[in-house]
Amino acid sequence: MTPFATQHLIEIAYLVATVLFILALKWLSAPSTARRGVWAGELGMVLAIAGTLLHHGIVDYRWIVIALVLGSIIGVPLGLVHMTAVPQRTALSHACGALCVALVGTAEYYLRSPSVPPFMMAVLSMEVILGSLTFTGSLMAAGKLQEILPQRPITYRGQNIVNLSLLALSVIVAAVLVHNPGHRHLFPLMIGIPLVFGVLMIVPIGGADMPTVISLLNSYAGLSAAAMGFVLDSKLLIIAGALDGSSGFILSVIMSKAMNRSFTNVLFGAFGQVQVSAAAGKESRPVRSATAEEAASILGAANSVVIVPGYGMAVAQAQHKVRELYDALTKRGVDVKFGIHPVAGRMPGHMNVLLAEADIPYDKLMDMDTINPEFPQTDVALVVGANDVTNPAARSDQSSPIYGMPILDVDKARTVMVIKRSMNPGFAGIDNELYYLDRTLMLFGDAKVFTGDIVRELTGGGHS
Amino acid sequence: MTSDLINSLYVFMLAGFIGFEVIRRVSPLLHTPLMSLTNALDAIAVVGAIVIAGEAKSTLSTVLGTIAIVAAMSNVVGGFLITDRMLRMFKSSKPKKS
Repeated sequence: MTPFATQHLIEIAYLVATVLFILALKWLSAPSTARRGVWAGELGMVLAIAGTLLHHGIVDYRWIVIALVLGSIIGVPLGLVHMTAVPQRTALSHACGALCVALVGTAEYYLRSPSVPPFMMAVLSMEVILGSLTFTGSLMAAGKLQEILPQRPITYRGQNIVNLSLLALSVIVAAVLVHNPGHRHLFPLMIGIPLVFGVLMIVPIGGADMPTVISLLNSYAGLSAAAMGFVLDSKLLIIAGALDGSSGFILSVIMSKAMNRSFTNVLFGAFGQVQVSAAAGKESRPVRSATAEEAASILGAANSVVIVPGYGMAVAQAQHKVRELYDALTKRGVDVKFGIHPVAGRMPGHMNVLLAEADIPYDKLMDMDTINPEFPQTDVALVVGANDVTNPAARSDQSSPIYGMPILDVDKARTVMVIKRSMNPGFAGIDNELYYLDRTLMLFGDAKVFTGDIVRELTGGGHS
Repeated sequence: MTSDLINSLYVFMLAGFIGFEVIRRVSPLLHTPLMSLTNALDAIAVVGAIVIAGEAKSTLSTVLGTIAIVAAMSNVVGGFLITDRMLRMFKSSKPKKS
């Protein structure tokens, strides 16, 4: 084939890949077509890579082949992690994506400088800055999620000023380079400063804010890839980067709304500021508690039950016991649904995956807006390992740090049951009014053990 | 040169709109697979890395390109694998009509 014909072939492969990528996301909109979406994405990816290998400029295939094989070998274990570890895996993959982009940007700069047109240099700077800060930022996020690094936010005076100055400094370096791309000695600064900034950006962010942070890093990774597309004049890359960027953007908006954070708050990464200011008044108020036997008889007599799972359920590895409870109640003709808060897991949609893994049918998993109007007609709301997302103070108490955060209205159900280890407050360190209501029964114990006990009572293990 | 960049900007803007409209329709149920899939698609950056590594224009660019391929390729394989694993778990309680 002539080089000209090959070039056309590559372009057509890229075009088809682009179509397949968009279809992949379209098919992902519903569970019934979602897997087809993955296949479309895979096919597009294979086409694009195969097309690229035909590129006439490639003179040496040795390193390419070694790298492709090595990358695939590393990718397999990353694709086989446990479902509870998906958030840190995702953060790690943002880091890998950003690393790739930053490295390619660096290589491009040293190949082309000093003759880089201003606009090109500006985009290249954006690519390298975003890529570098996303790389270290995502590594930090992965470390926090894996609990290698401390989860609690580390703050100090003037933190925002230090961070913003660093960011400003890297933009100034970029501006100098745009003006004169020949300043090669400045380029390492444009990588180094954002690398430091990425670390400092995540340091003040607490574990509870991780869903927002991951989405935001996702968006940055996409934007940096799109910038790379501008530099390489590759439409395919621009489109893939724009899709990823807008996906991350939408998810971070959803997450910030679910946490009641303003969007500027998210954009500047200045979250995690909900300090334990509301030092919970430590008077011990009376609560009603119940045994597994009592809980089972109430649940068994109910017509409708909504289970509200939180991350505590996953920590206790209780999702399979919860599935057994679902089975036992469904067999008795009880209508069981799950009410899932957007930030119930550690990344957007994480709780749904954990429940799906436990074989709970996805049509029983309801998002917050769907389930909230149903609570007043619900006989029993059973809260397993969730806390702040059920706190009625978010609706009524203006002095509460979580005031305004959308919550699941479990307190409107006829009976509320809360499985909880002790009366210790949750992530935000706030007392939960829900526990002191007359209609609330506290079920004290480990989520897995207690749920197992209820199931045994229901299935008539002892007496029925 | 400038018209190329303008073209690219148009492509970026249109793709952003498509992304926004398509992704807005994704059910919250599937937000985690969405993120892992867009991640895998984003690793299409590997095509840029392949060219850089293969052109062998300088030692630095070959080394950087090779590392970049490894990083991106781990995302491609890992991303598609985990997305498919997650989606396989989503089952309906209603019997399939077929």
